[in-house]
Amino acid sequence: MAELMQFLLSGVTVGAVYALVALGFTIIYNASDVVNFAQGEFVMLGGMITVFAHMAGLPIPLAALIAIAGTAAMGVALNKLAIEPARGAPVVSLIIITIGASIFIQGVAQLVFDKQLHRFPAFSGDTPISIFGATILPQSLWVLAGAIVVFVGLWAFFTKTLTGRAVLATSNNRLAAQLVGINTNWVMTLSFALSAAIGALAGVLVTPITNISYGVGIAYALKGFAAAMLGGMGVPLGALVGGILLGLIEALTAGYLSSVYKDAAAFVVILIVLFVMPSGIFGRKSTDRV
Amino acid sequence: MKTLTALASFVALGLTTAAQADIKIGATVSETGPAAFLGDPEAKTLKMMVEKLNAAGGINGEEIALTLYDDGGDPNKARTFATRLVEDDEVVAIIGGTTTGTSMSIIPVAEDAEIPFISLAGAIEIIDPVKEWVFKTPHTDRMACQKLFEDMKARGITKIGMISGTDGFGASMRKQCLEVVGDYGIEVLADESYGPTDADMTPQLTNIKNTAGIEAVLNPGFGQGPSIVTRNYQQLAVGLPLYQSHGVASKGFIDLAGPEAAEGVRLPGTALLIGSLLAADDAQKPVVDAYVTEYTAAYGEAPSTFGGYAHDAFAILVDALTRAGSTKPSDIRDAIEATSSLAGTTGVVTMTPEDHLGFDLSAFRMLEIKNGEWTLVP
Repeated sequence: MAELMQFLLSGVTVGAVYALVALGFTIIYNASDVVNFAQGEFVMLGGMITVFAHMAGLPIPLAALIAIAGTAAMGVALNKLAIEPARGAPVVSLIIITIGASIFIQGVAQLVFDKQLHRFPAFSGDTPISIFGATILPQSLWVLAGAIVVFVGLWAFFTKTLTGRAVLATSNNRLAAQLVGINTNWVMTLSFALSAAIGALAGVLVTPITNISYGVGIAYALKGFAAAMLGGMGVPLGALVGGILLGLIEALTAGYLSSVYKDAAAFVVILIVLFVMPSGIFGRKSTDRV
Repeated sequence: MKTLTALASFVALGLTTAAQADIKIGATVSETGPAAFLGDPEAKTLKMMVEKLNAAGGINGEEIALTLYDDGGDPNKARTFATRLVEDDEVVAIIGGTTTGTSMSIIPVAEDAEIPFISLAGAIEIIDPVKEWVFKTPHTDRMACQKLFEDMKARGITKIGMISGTDGFGASMRKQCLEVVGDYGIEVLADESYGPTDADMTPQLTNIKNTAGIEAVLNPGFGQGPSIVTRNYQQLAVGLPLYQSHGVASKGFIDLAGPEAAEGVRLPGTALLIGSLLAADDAQKPVVDAYVTEYTAAYGEAPSTFGGYAHDAFAILVDALTRAGSTKPSDIRDAIEATSSLAGTTGVVTMTPEDHLGFDLSAFRMLEIKNGEWTLVP
């Protein structure tokens, strides 16, 4: 029993990390149908900037704020310098641009920062919390809380606010959105800033658990992307559930089957789900008007 | 006009002579890419040592010209660069191959061109069987396993659990450890693994913890994995001795794992890590002290074990060039093979035609982390 509980808590720890990264994909995807593969680099930047600001003597909360603001600015720059000039290009081209941006950001990061692994102390210490004979670190609860807060925020943003609806409208039909008076350029800029900020927040929260270095972005992006696809791309609830589910599948496979099959098992489950529900568990059914 | 031509040819002549006077050596290391934290200190070390040697007048009056490439940890690129070093840059010796993968792809190029090659990677395959033109400076994975099992045997440990990274380093060391573990009367009761980017290893460690009879846990791996394993190990309060590999032998590991979680962790390390603890008459002490001081002054950070591998490779090459008194690759090769009692940061090197590594288990020091610092296990 304690065994199962430990596997579940491990799954939640890892799953919360995936969920937080997956949530970052949501806004840009909703605004433009673009899967932003530089999302993992935002996570990396959030962690790295915090580490270096902290090393320069700033307290962690301030360092984290600077990291989130700085990364949001990077997101805006990415949109202004790379995505906006290519406006009108097919979505696939834009996705390829984000992959290029990801490689570029990674390259710059290794020059500006360094190539070593880093970490800063967990927010509320490293004393494990015991639940039914299993343990979880307080930092994992921070990550989980972060994922839930972002989820609620995104849900409210897309359903309750005019700006959120404007983002969805831009995605649905850019021309129509412009005709009803939505500044679509501004919507794109906003969505990149928000996505980058969410990514940076993820980086700040997960660094005490996973460590950070300039090259971790791609791994985060792939796992977060898988989680988002599993739950339904563009749906905040999907990102949250998909991430946690992916973490649980991995932990249970590692615990009961073998750690060798962990990633394989996760991807088999994703494939099966996508065969049955092509747009993910909570994904909107896509309908094309003929 | 005549004077001008004469002058031009004089200048050209001067340039060529200057160029010919240089001893050209080449290096390809992984300054970027997944192995960057190994290759970066290696590249920095090589640049620093070449500069220092040339400032001091070079070897037998000739300066060293180093051509350094960054292969990004990609074996294909390493092979291309090795070929370029041989064909275009016309080097007389190659240092490099940060990872086993890149080293293995440089070997055929060096063997075909008959250029001595000193590898900086761990795997035993590089020098076993012995290849005429190939040498290496780091300990082999097998030696690390043997050193670890020796220590376990001394503590009366006979049943262990293993949790290995699935990256090249972890997988290779796991294989070597499983091959020699029987020689020490030790049984491996649990054999778990984790991916190089995994964030939590508590399920695997729970299984090890729940396996009856296990007396210690061994974690072959490098990068971020071992520090997470160490933290999870404390989180689960496993309470058994934890052994790490030489792959994480750096101050950075203690910082990443946290001094509290790392308390009591043992691993085989090199003299480089514990310069201040070495006996005053230790042959390696002056070398280690000098390297640490110079590197810290040049780059503002302490050197890692991996930088030490590059240091030793360069020291072996310089020693061989000095003794050979020639820049013919075959003379250099013979001189490297005749290296005798050369103190490096990793060990005291004595090469023979049968041994292209040059030291044994005694070069490894068993270290234990106490209060966030390395200490020598007596």
